[in-house]
Amino acid sequence: MRIAVTGIGLVTALGFGTGTNWAALTAGTSGIRHITRFDTTGMRATIAGCVDFPEDAGRNFTTAARVERLGQLAIAEALAQSGLAAPFGGPLAIGMPPVEIEWPQRLAFRAATYPELMEKAPAAAPLYEEFLFGGASTRLAERFGTTGVPQVVTTACASGGSAIQLAIEAIRRGETPKAIAAGADASLQPETLIRFGLLQALSTRNDPPEAASRPFTLSRDGFVMGDGAGALILETEEHARARGATILGYVLGAGEAADTFHRTRSTPDGAAIVRCMQRALDDAGLTPAEIGYINAHGTSTPENDKMEAQAVRMLFGETPPPISSTKSMIGHTLSAAGAIEAAICLLALRHQVLPPTINQDDVDEGLGLDTIPVARPHRFRAAISNSFGFGGQNVSVVLGAAD
Amino acid sequence: MRRPVAITGLGLASSQGEGRDAHAALLKGVAPVLEEARFAPYPVHPLAPLPFDKAIPRREFRQMETWQRLGVYAAGLAIDDAGLRDRVAGMDLIVAAGGGERDTALDEQILALRPEEAARHRMLMDGLRPTLFLAQLSNLLAGSISITHNVAGSSRTLLGEEIAGAEAVRILAARIAAGSSDLGLVGGAFVAERWDQLLLYAMGGAMHQGPWAPLPERQGIAFGSAAAFLTLEPLATAAAPLAILSHIATDQGGAQTRPARLASLLAGVPERRPGCLVISTATGAAAPTRDELAALGAAPALFSADLIGHSVEAAFPAGLALGALAVAAGAPQVLVTGTGQWRGEAVALLETPS
Repeated sequence: MRIAVTGIGLVTALGFGTGTNWAALTAGTSGIRHITRFDTTGMRATIAGCVDFPEDAGRNFTTAARVERLGQLAIAEALAQSGLAAPFGGPLAIGMPPVEIEWPQRLAFRAATYPELMEKAPAAAPLYEEFLFGGASTRLAERFGTTGVPQVVTTACASGGSAIQLAIEAIRRGETPKAIAAGADASLQPETLIRFGLLQALSTRNDPPEAASRPFTLSRDGFVMGDGAGALILETEEHARARGATILGYVLGAGEAADTFHRTRSTPDGAAIVRCMQRALDDAGLTPAEIGYINAHGTSTPENDKMEAQAVRMLFGETPPPISSTKSMIGHTLSAAGAIEAAICLLALRHQVLPPTINQDDVDEGLGLDTIPVARPHRFRAAISNSFGFGGQNVSVVLGAAD
Repeated sequence: MRRPVAITGLGLASSQGEGRDAHAALLKGVAPVLEEARFAPYPVHPLAPLPFDKAIPRREFRQMETWQRLGVYAAGLAIDDAGLRDRVAGMDLIVAAGGGERDTALDEQILALRPEEAARHRMLMDGLRPTLFLAQLSNLLAGSISITHNVAGSSRTLLGEEIAGAEAVRILAARIAAGSSDLGLVGGAFVAERWDQLLLYAMGGAMHQGPWAPLPERQGIAFGSAAAFLTLEPLATAAAPLAILSHIATDQGGAQTRPARLASLLAGVPERRPGCLVISTATGAAAPTRDELAALGAAPALFSADLIGHSVEAAFPAGLALGALAVAAGAPQVLVTGTGQWRGEAVALLETPS
């Protein structure tokens, strides 16, 4: 059974919609800019792939609310393209970050201690619904009329890939002929930026912001956080054909592998990443030679890019397929990355054009990769999208071109 | 392919202690263990003292706070209970997670000083311990289980309070039934004795205030620290099945239509035989609990929340673990039900493997 994609939705720092995003991606545009939605004085990283909204003027638009808005925009676009409408009538699987009450809300209680906060809390029901882990997904599920329990998955930076995997498994098991797979992230708020900074995971090349996310270069120094969302409408090929839908491409398979080595680092020999990609290829029934493009996890951290390059060469040999990290332009959208980057692979397959890795002026030649410094035409039928998360949670998704 | 699924091991840790014996004893009814002063007027069921430091290597122990330690500990109990230490490399893991601990002392310094934005950020930059982020991230309970116990199949974490716990079990059982997994570990952990955790639920206004009372006699949630993990395997290859998970179903929608969904879920349960024991994982929150009890018709034999408190993501897995112990003690069938404090409904049927 092949699983068809009949709708794609994208929101990133490059703009709203797949058309805007694809044009900017192939032009090699950076969406990374100085953060303006909060005061970054004294912070080590002061840049991000921001998707700002009018509410940011009031400085209390939370991660939870922004995730919901981004998810809503991406799903609405995908649904409209598929020719379906709410109520959708199938399940929703979505990668999302954990959320919690933030400082503007916490301070608004005008309490000095937790016991005082607790005394004032029972009058704050809207905040409760905003910050429940199942809150944003439930509102999306009810808005789009999805069925059953919305599957909100967090496998850190692999969440979007995990959501696609949950959706295709439900379709293959025959639980549903169609599903929405998505990822939405807006973890960019002061405390999260500070926490990632304390882990020394972020690029501090703040000026110019456009040059900071530079995967596979000698001067890469960390990832750049990004807001964004991606959504795919998935159906069995039969279901899509029976209703006369345009098939945009296929999700051919997915694979995952847990790494037991370290919370923030991969096994040094790359074994877990190789296993992850191999399982995805096996699930898709493809050989490495049949993959024409790799959309890398490619975070621009010194360690990830080295490990990923090594693992890619172990699996694909010394002349692996061309590989790009679109995080060079949109930043690392964390829980959304797997869904956004699968969507980008599908657009690349559809246009037969490879999106670039920008900022390749000092390529780390030792990695032995063709990192696609500028977009270029390419004949290919299948692509693989990698997502590797903190906590050793790795997912790869294989995408195929429409016939 | 639709393979029967067995529960083959369980790891339970709560205010009542740890393991099979401590929790099997609860099935006959027992007085709760309570802490009524520390978070007054909210009673909680406090975690029993457990030897986390003996079970978790020191290097890993230091990277976690109580929430992850409790989950890692209970996951280890389940793996040992099932005798599956030698098969962890191929074990698929699904965790239903909340979030880890905040630095509440630092929070209170900021709350008291109320510094302007940049100064607030400076206090966070100077005050936060870098590794605390890893103890806080939801998916790092699963990550810590993989690292500590070498569980290296797949790793997924679901969010969404009570229903995430039931949905995690449903997904793993469906994967095993369909043949896409041969061995899995599923569950969750919840620490009630946390100001930062209780604050979220206090905002919902559904917590019980005042002296503790049994669930049918109150209108609100009494939280309890607890963790529950289950190992699931195909019945055909299970060396020592505890119970067959013959049915599990979940649903979700608005509060107005909850009674209809509960009725439909219960109508979908295979025929209940005489002597079927009913265990409710009802939260105690007034409206969802009322709807669940109305749908059941007759009062359940046990409310798990009255034994160990309400444990949110861990509550439904804990209900299943108690149900498996009841099957092991001779109950021919156990129906486990649950209704989330805000959203989500679940039912499961356990049967004797013989």
